[in-house]
Amino acid sequence: MTARLWAAIAAVLLGMLLLVAPAGAATPTVSPPTSAGASEEAAETVQGTLRDPDREPLEGITITVTQDGQEIGSAVTDAEGSWAVPLPGPGTYTVTLDVSGLPEGVAPQAEGGEVLDGVTVRPGAAQGVIFQLGTGEVEEGGAAIPVARVLQLVVDGIKFGAIIAITAVGLSLVFGTTKLINFAHGEFVTIGAVTAYFLSTAPGNLPIVLAAVLAMAVGGAVAGGVEVGLWRPLRRRGAGLIQMFIVAIGLSLLLRHLILIVFGSRRQQYDEFSLQASWTLGPVRITPRDLVITVLAFAIMIGVAVMLQRTRIGTAMRAVNDNKDLAEASGIDVQRVILVVWLLGGALAAIGGVFFGLTQAIYSEMGFELLLLMFAGVILGGLGSAYGAMLGSLIIGLVSQLSTLWFPASLAYMWALLVMIIVLLVRPQGILGRRERVG
Amino acid sequence: MDVLAVLSVAVRGALGPEAAIYALAAIGLNIHFGYTGLLNFGQVGFMLVGAYGTAISVLSFDAPLWVGVLVGMACAVVLALILGIPTLRLRGDYLAIATIAAAEVLRYLYRSSFAEPVTGGVFGLVQFAGEFYAVNPYTAPLELGPLRFSERALWLMTVAWGITFLAAGLVWLLVHSPWGRVLRAVREDEDAARSLGKNVFAYKMQALVLGGVLGALAGSLLAINSQAITPDAFIPIITFYLWTIMILGGASRVLGPILGSIVFWFLLTFLDAFLRGAMSAGWIPGGLLAPSDIGAVRFAAVGLGLMLLMVFRPAGLIGNQKELRLDVR
Repeated sequence: MTARLWAAIAAVLLGMLLLVAPAGAATPTVSPPTSAGASEEAAETVQGTLRDPDREPLEGITITVTQDGQEIGSAVTDAEGSWAVPLPGPGTYTVTLDVSGLPEGVAPQAEGGEVLDGVTVRPGAAQGVIFQLGTGEVEEGGAAIPVARVLQLVVDGIKFGAIIAITAVGLSLVFGTTKLINFAHGEFVTIGAVTAYFLSTAPGNLPIVLAAVLAMAVGGAVAGGVEVGLWRPLRRRGAGLIQMFIVAIGLSLLLRHLILIVFGSRRQQYDEFSLQASWTLGPVRITPRDLVITVLAFAIMIGVAVMLQRTRIGTAMRAVNDNKDLAEASGIDVQRVILVVWLLGGALAAIGGVFFGLTQAIYSEMGFELLLLMFAGVILGGLGSAYGAMLGSLIIGLVSQLSTLWFPASLAYMWALLVMIIVLLVRPQGILGRRERVG
Repeated sequence: MDVLAVLSVAVRGALGPEAAIYALAAIGLNIHFGYTGLLNFGQVGFMLVGAYGTAISVLSFDAPLWVGVLVGMACAVVLALILGIPTLRLRGDYLAIATIAAAEVLRYLYRSSFAEPVTGGVFGLVQFAGEFYAVNPYTAPLELGPLRFSERALWLMTVAWGITFLAAGLVWLLVHSPWGRVLRAVREDEDAARSLGKNVFAYKMQALVLGGVLGALAGSLLAINSQAITPDAFIPIITFYLWTIMILGGASRVLGPILGSIVFWFLLTFLDAFLRGAMSAGWIPGGLLAPSDIGAVRFAAVGLGLMLLMVFRPAGLIGNQKELRLDVR
């Protein structure tokens, strides 16, 4: 039983390692998917080279590929430790290493590391898979948590939290200015990621940086369009907040499934920067891409903060946030401020989507999955407070990553949501929220 | 395309066991939102504990099926208490987020690998409702023109619609009792109800428990219906379906969810069958829409329908706009 539990931990940890390909590690974790070449028919395989901790190849070990519990095929490593399993088509597979064949003193580095879940194989790709083998003595019982691993997870958590944070700022600002809980905010994230995907792949083939900037424009335009076309008329008609809340849920369903129709149900990656060798900074590994994304996310957060504090429109946003009627009475064009908030929120969500797509994958449900984490971050930080949303999201990112120290990684999001429920219990106004009489 | 065939599929959808089950869960939601004003967006969580309570009792503890259903309902009571204590004192929109999050937490928990020996993890559980089908009194399928219901479907429909109408009757009795009047007072003005010495929190909690138990019962029936459950069948979209059903029929109307469910499933299966027919007849170019997109079109249509309903007719088909003042707090 615990083996399964650890299998899940190890699978996702290894999944992370797959992304953050360790340059200095014994073996390259992922070989880039090579194209099937001139041959018309796509021949997908998973393949790899099995080596023991001393980099010596291991021969005669069975590796089995399954999908949804069905065995697809298996292979035995040859004298060079190489193995390859042909696949019926692209998709997501589980690759399992038969540990019983391993020599004495060699075991998966993480307990349960013999099972790799969710190996995504793209059309025509020969997907490289590597089992990290160690002496089998590390991380016994999880009693001693290596500092390096904690630091690594902190870095990953900050990166993830920063991405949540820039998406959540818009959600929080919209709530602050209109009191609407925008359930469709996650869809702006997906729209951003998907737009950048379509622009950066054929036939456009724009560089991802340019595609991301254009995606921000599209995200902002969609959000602004929804404000002008839907929310503003509804507010004029004096629609209640619950009514608008349910309209937002309908909008979220509609947008998400329109994206699903256009984009398809498969997870995709951007062409650029999808595989990078990582830099080793002391005990922590990070790919240049993730480092740039994290720095950019923080730069965007600082930019938003400066805008809120220093510019006229920022001051106006805070004024509307504090007291809409008073702001209106003092000559602020509230409708214009709200429109700007939507434009900004949509653009930030879109760039957050591109970041999320770069670090993980692009799929139609990504926004909705992120939305619940945004809610968690926003509530943790205090509903309506932009700074609270940033702080709360960072904490949520850290919690979800650090929870994998003790718990299966498949439950990482669950802990983030539980933190939110606990915060509601003890401090409903959140960390930076203003206390108000509730209930 | 055979119009009659499409229509008969749609009618089957409207009368089938699923429509009854969703109606039952929506009746629970109606107690939450329609009568008490609670924004419960985690009704699917109650269905999940109901379904798994039933299946696990039967499979892991060899309990009779009816005990399993009771266990499922008991789980819903526990869930309602756990969920209600932190959130019922909060403003409505907090409850909405907390409930949807709680339902997702449950789904993650039930599908996690460490729960797998009990819940079956992502693979779920199968074959636990043999007892139910063993006592099926129907021996022949029912055929009404193009409509055909198998004896299995008939038995399920009898039970599911029976329970649904019993629940509707119970709700009618409850909301016409003094208790029901307090509920509506809480919905209209919490402070006023509190100033009259009513324990608002307790009333909300009772409503949450009662609606949740109905949701769990619906979940049990859903599990019995398919004889197979996986956690990923209990996604937030189910809750949004229930909201659409409740609002379509008319919130805070006893028969609203039942009418809503029948109309909802009619439209949904009609759309589905129509699209499939139109596609095989070649009316829709394959480049525009592939058969695999039909599910997505369905969800998109539900979303659009929910939006239009909420914008233009928040009272639904038989609702009373005056009674339902849709506002937060």
